[in-house]
Amino acid sequence: MTQPVAPKGANTWIIGTRKGAWTLKMTGGPLPIEPWFFGAQVHHVVQDPRGTGTMLAAVRTGHLGPTVYRSTDFGRTWKEAGKPPAFRPKEEYADSPLDADDARRQGLTLDHLFFIAPGHSSQPGLWFGGSSPIGLFKSEDDGETWTGVPGFNDNPALAKWCYNFAPGTPDGPKCHSVQVDPSRPKRILVGLSGGGLFLSDDGGTSWVPVNSGVAMDFAPPKEDGTEYEFGHDPHDAVIHPANPKRWYHQNHCGVYRLDWQDGAPKQRWTRIGNNMPKDVGDIGFPMTCHPKDDKTVWVVPMDGQTIWPRTSVNGKPAVFRTRDAGESWQRLDQGLPERAWHTVLRQAMAHNGGTPLELAFGTTSGEVWGSSDEGDSWKTLATGLPKIMSVTAARID
Amino acid sequence: MPAVRVRVASLLHSYTAGRSPVEVEAATVGEALSAMDRQFPGFLFRIVDEQQQIRPHMNVFLTEERVRDLATPVAAGQEIYIVGALSGG
Repeated sequence: MTQPVAPKGANTWIIGTRKGAWTLKMTGGPLPIEPWFFGAQVHHVVQDPRGTGTMLAAVRTGHLGPTVYRSTDFGRTWKEAGKPPAFRPKEEYADSPLDADDARRQGLTLDHLFFIAPGHSSQPGLWFGGSSPIGLFKSEDDGETWTGVPGFNDNPALAKWCYNFAPGTPDGPKCHSVQVDPSRPKRILVGLSGGGLFLSDDGGTSWVPVNSGVAMDFAPPKEDGTEYEFGHDPHDAVIHPANPKRWYHQNHCGVYRLDWQDGAPKQRWTRIGNNMPKDVGDIGFPMTCHPKDDKTVWVVPMDGQTIWPRTSVNGKPAVFRTRDAGESWQRLDQGLPERAWHTVLRQAMAHNGGTPLELAFGTTSGEVWGSSDEGDSWKTLATGLPKIMSVTAARID
Repeated sequence: MPAVRVRVASLLHSYTAGRSPVEVEAATVGEALSAMDRQFPGFLFRIVDEQQQIRPHMNVFLTEERVRDLATPVAAGQEIYIVGALSGG
């Protein structure tokens, strides 16, 4: 869930692509001829929902590397962050407690910032960013300067959690789904692909895995019969904005819900994707939650059989929606092509936060689809774009 | 310190406000890039990453020789040429 809380009055989809970012009015109209950051990979563009309207963009050019751009005038002008995110030089780990073979000792180089998340509403100017290779960064000055979150990036256990930063996910391992609990400013959830979900209750100083109940079909069962604590592959996760004790996530191995149990020794995920049709399965990348109704969720199933084409199951695109927190699911394909092989990446689905709710998703084949009736029907909003990597909602005046 | 000229390809002109070449004083290639960064903040990190390596798709030439070592010495009157690498076919 790339943007659980959309900016109030959102009227524009921001489409981040492999070759720039395009704006698309929710009321329709042509695409702009001049996109933002033309030619660059735009992984995520997020507008601050806390009232300022500041927009941050995670951008990477093939030659010049990764950075963050910032706009305070609704995208009319963009200025590069004065200090973009970067890992610590390897020399700074020389006397650290990291294992001898920890990749941080050889030096990590930021490939791209993948995910941008605003901090808690009580902390204006605070932002977080998840990266590839896996890292967590923050800005305390509204995106102008960025530093690593030491409790995460320097955590000795991190290499063990994330396969020592090894490549595995296409386009590199990722820290994504950075979620700040709206009811607890110091509670932060992050997803690592691969690695699993990790939780901090102290603002990022310490972290624990929260993967109990989640399948890991890509690893053999443990001989002692216990679960793996980490090493999972969440694709998209959310702390529900209207009910922060309810979490959802779309995983490499299914769709899950967690209802937080106060005082429980361990929180446990339930695989609500088991209630989806068996001939469709519950594999996918994106997940979008209704901003006010904690029982309504949309997912986009993909083919995760055999060699994982990651396209529409059986060549029949469909969104699936639950209205009862995953107890049952409804197929939504009215208006979608009868035959197509869409791939919808994890950051490429969004809602506008409004009433009525608008939904949109983008495909790697450059199509944007929208719905004004909570998914009952879909229509084409744009075609011919480059590979779509993210869709978010913004208010552009 | 020797004065060298730094010639910058168009993909970096947004950092130098279109200026190229620029004359700086430096004893090494790394010092020349750092001198550029003092004039044009953000310039250096587009060429050299946080592990002090020249980015894989950037090329730095000293006269006609491609250099990867920032400690490479420079002599007065030499020219450093910074350009995007041929990559991607």
